Amino acid sequence: MKRKKREKARARGGVLFCVLVYLFLFLPILVIVVNSFNATTSKPYLSWKGFTFSWYAELFTNTDLLGAFGNTLILAGVSTLLSTMIGTLGAVGMYRYKFRGKGLIDAVLYIPVVIPEIVVGISLLTMFSRINIPRGMITLILSHVSFCIPFVIFNIRARLSGYDSSVEEASMDLGANRIRTFMEITLPILAPGIAGGALLAFTLSIDDVIISYFVNGQTMTYPLKVMESIRSGVAPDVNALSTLILIGTVLLVVLTQSDLIIKHRHY
Amino acid sequence: MKHSGHEWKSNTLPAFVTVAPVAVCMLFLVIVPLIYVVIMSFCSIDEYYNVVFRFTLKNYAMLADAQYTHIYLQSLLIAFLTTVFCILIAYPFSFLIARTKSRKKNIYYMMVIIPFWTNSLIRIYGWRTFLGTNGWLNNALRFLHLTDAPVNFLFNRGTTVLGMVYCLMPFMILPLYTSIEKLDQNLLEASADLGARRGATFLHVILPLTSGGIFSGSIMVFIPCLGYFFVSDILGGGNSDVIGNLIERQFQSGNNWPFGAALSIILIVITLLLVKCYQKIGGSMDALGV
Repeated sequence: MKRKKREKARARGGVLFCVLVYLFLFLPILVIVVNSFNATTSKPYLSWKGFTFSWYAELFTNTDLLGAFGNTLILAGVSTLLSTMIGTLGAVGMYRYKFRGKGLIDAVLYIPVVIPEIVVGISLLTMFSRINIPRGMITLILSHVSFCIPFVIFNIRARLSGYDSSVEEASMDLGANRIRTFMEITLPILAPGIAGGALLAFTLSIDDVIISYFVNGQTMTYPLKVMESIRSGVAPDVNALSTLILIGTVLLVVLTQSDLIIKHRHY
Repeated sequence: MKHSGHEWKSNTLPAFVTVAPVAVCMLFLVIVPLIYVVIMSFCSIDEYYNVVFRFTLKNYAMLADAQYTHIYLQSLLIAFLTTVFCILIAYPFSFLIARTKSRKKNIYYMMVIIPFWTNSLIRIYGWRTFLGTNGWLNNALRFLHLTDAPVNFLFNRGTTVLGMVYCLMPFMILPLYTSIEKLDQNLLEASADLGARRGATFLHVILPLTSGGIFSGSIMVFIPCLGYFFVSDILGGGNSDVIGNLIERQFQSGNNWPFGAALSIILIVITLLLVKCYQKIGGSMDALGV
């Protein structure tokens, strides 16, 4: 009896601990959501002055902020598309074929993953300024593609390890050429890995602040806009936009509650 | 001839077509920029802070200045504390959610990830709002008559560590979750059947089997921590800078790019050393990627 009681207490302690960790993880988000309804109009927008929806209305007149958010979506969309295409081809090629320098490419892929982002940011800044590429959307896209590719490749590679290439041989034996086999056999098999990699690339790109901070030039992204407004006290319309984005992503997860998102191991 | 033509068509050409784009990207967007940093670290600046290609070791000599060495040590201390706190919180937490028999397991897992889909800066700012002198915590304390004057929780090393722990927690939880989920229940039962107490089972069976997750999580927490300048900017208030703050200042306001490049070399060397150690103790590189 005593033992059972002790076990029960232990289980309860475990639940309490988990609740506390979740509280820790969600607390700042709760602060943001609540503050997006704060009626205060004076900087730094902290003291509670009653409930209002006006920041949400205000948000749609703040063309700067919406423009920055639009830039972020374009940037994340384009770099996800490019890094997913390049990464998929590369993952398949590196898995399938033998060539010199494979080990080297493999080693280089780990660099953007382990090295601190600030080093990636300043190294790209240094190069762009030395070869006189004007900083803006183009340099942002190039930078984001470079750090997204490795994550796409690792995601697909995890999928490739249990891959049976005999179906491809069968396809070629039956007369399909290499390209058709790739499009109709290889791609569908790898689809979950590719989608997982693309999702990861998108989330990394949309949240990136450190690397963008060095290569953006005059182009503002949403995270950079947030950084700018933090220096002057975050206006509640930034909170409002963040709240909307949060609701959007949670809805997206709930709606697409597929295997893919649940199983995909990075965030 | 015919044979080599076949080899070309079946291996060389497709290998080239598939791998060339990755190779070009990695060459021009990773390797070449890093070479530029190394070159830059040996360059001089003129009186207008323009970079001139005159070889100098001055930037490296400047690294040894006491005002900077103090920050490297502080940075390493912050990264160490962050890693320790992340392990202490993430390990039991991952253990509980990875081994639960509840059908809601996937939801528990998703709930770890969802907060990180909100911009990290704004979440750090959320902490500042919560802890500030006019924030929720102070209001609560005043309401409960525990304090009269507002307490300043912000702008010290502790809040910087808090922010780092917060930002980097998923990098610890995810590899731990993966390694704990793989634990074989039979081994734990065998250990118990053979008379081992819970503590002994943990120390001799569970811990060694999940150490891979601890190591890869630690790498993924410790290294970024040295560079996350925005966390110490927002929560540390200039009192708890990390190496990233030093670098950021040289490239943005300070305008001494060659010195900033030399500072980055420190980060690169630390990263290489830690990754080498990680591989020495048998850590797999794949565990760092996904």
